[in-house]
Amino acid sequence: MSVDARLIKRLPAIADADSFELNVHLRAEAGITAIFGPSGAGKTLILNCLGGFARPDEGRILVDDHLFFDAAAGVHLSPQERRCGYIFQDHALFPHMSVRENLRFAAASRLSKTGRLNRHRRIKDLLEAFELTDLAGRKPMQLSGGQKQRAALARTLVNEPHLLLLDEPARGLDSRLREGFYQVLRRTRDQLQIPILLVTHDLEECFELADFICLIENGRFTQAGSRDAVFKRPAGTDIARALGIYNILPAEIEALDPGRNTSRLRVFEFALDGPYLPGRLIGDQGYLCVPSSEFRAGPFDNQSSSNRLVLRLIGQTPSSRGIRLQFEHGVAATVTESEYRSLQGSDRLTVEIPQSAVYFIGK
Amino acid sequence: MLALIAIDWFPLWLSLRVAAIATAGVLTLGTLVSYVLSHKSFRGKHLLDSLITLPLVLPPTVLGYYLLVLAGRASPFGHVYESIFGQPLVFTWQAAVVAAFLHSAPIYIKAATAVLEAVDYRFEWAAHSLGASEWRTFWRVTLPLAWRGLASLAALSFARALGDFGVTIMLAGNIPGRTQTLSVAIYDAVESGDGTLARVLVVVVSALAIALLWPAAYLSRRTRPATTA
Repeated sequence: MSVDARLIKRLPAIADADSFELNVHLRAEAGITAIFGPSGAGKTLILNCLGGFARPDEGRILVDDHLFFDAAAGVHLSPQERRCGYIFQDHALFPHMSVRENLRFAAASRLSKTGRLNRHRRIKDLLEAFELTDLAGRKPMQLSGGQKQRAALARTLVNEPHLLLLDEPARGLDSRLREGFYQVLRRTRDQLQIPILLVTHDLEECFELADFICLIENGRFTQAGSRDAVFKRPAGTDIARALGIYNILPAEIEALDPGRNTSRLRVFEFALDGPYLPGRLIGDQGYLCVPSSEFRAGPFDNQSSSNRLVLRLIGQTPSSRGIRLQFEHGVAATVTESEYRSLQGSDRLTVEIPQSAVYFIGK
Repeated sequence: MLALIAIDWFPLWLSLRVAAIATAGVLTLGTLVSYVLSHKSFRGKHLLDSLITLPLVLPPTVLGYYLLVLAGRASPFGHVYESIFGQPLVFTWQAAVVAAFLHSAPIYIKAATAVLEAVDYRFEWAAHSLGASEWRTFWRVTLPLAWRGLASLAALSFARALGDFGVTIMLAGNIPGRTQTLSVAIYDAVESGDGTLARVLVVVVSALAIALLWPAAYLSRRTRPATTA
């Protein structure tokens, strides 16, 4: 199963918003593809186009060999014909029906040709798989956030969709429920082998769930690829900043050695060794981009060894992963509490960067 | 007490029958139009909207005059009606139904459009993406979510349909025992100086109105969800 969607949709300017153009080429295979970007970037509009709730001005949507939409040929399948499971923000479970009735509604809407017994069995299996059997008689209002989430997912799966669309599904869940939902979603991915498009503006969610990531800003994809490719090799400093995990420092290429597959960057007054940079020249200006998690802070010991910056400590704040240290030049690193205790008292620290983590982005 | 027994209760019975049939018409046709106005965009929507509002602002005599011309025996519509039902529309109790319908439909449609618009579109989208047709979505999702509001409007419509005077007297006339509805009978009683009859009928109409508005208010109250988990 795969999705290939070329979407162009223009929204005219209205009272409080400028005109907007969505122009993306989305390709997704079986697995979870996260569409990550700030609010108003056009993420939900993509889902609405795929689900059949918004009609693109130009383009074409192909899911496997089903043509959902083709502007040139005038094809525009209704939402009913598309078999997309769509999970909306706030779930949209029908409030006047119990969980079981919600699933039954889905089954009767599309599986009307399959026998009653089969439908009943399918609903029973899904209720069991999503641990909803005991809650089947409850109305959505009587469910917790996580239970609603599972019920909404189970309801979309009744009809064996070709494609799953999830609009910020974990919004409003606390971290424990979130983890539970992620597990359910991963299991669903492994079992169904269909493309799952996940709209999110939560970076953590991308890390946790995504096999592929499309970064979107202002209606355009800025980078798309596998999770590791996007996170480890952001295509530009804007993207690195948008990902929010990088220390970005001005750098200049001082040496390049293709033979030994090394390079040397100058960052402030320090030299850093890194992997060879194909296609670059000595003297190129750019930026060093390193995730804060790769920075190792240590005591300042006057020994000048390579791949270290000596930086003045400005402040520290506790975070969920330990203590976040803030240095001059906007550099940040995270250390554990015990590490922090050994560093306390000194205002200048060394920050070590592993050679493999040195990543250069040209200007 | 004796006066009550001596009163001709036909106008009350006729008014209830007329209002019930008119309300049934308003509920079916009015809900359909409200659904179209709230869920579809099409050319001429604003024109349709203003045509629906028109009976609210036109003097009843003007509206009655239009209908007399439109439904008169000389008009094509009147002709078709007469050939189907075997009698003309004007000056029959059926004409009173038309008058009552026009009296209550515009307000019902206006308010019902707002009620249907207020149903969160995501429930309807979810139903569509699950494969439910628009018809099925309307019956199983939209209507159950909007029924309180619509039921309250139905009670209001019925109360309003009971009370039409202007168009009724133009189109159905004032034929005691055939087309004389409650409000027309009150006018008639006052005109002919029958104060007792007028007072009794006025009290009956007022009591009916309150009896209808009370459940309407109950239904249209905001339901606050109880605490959620």
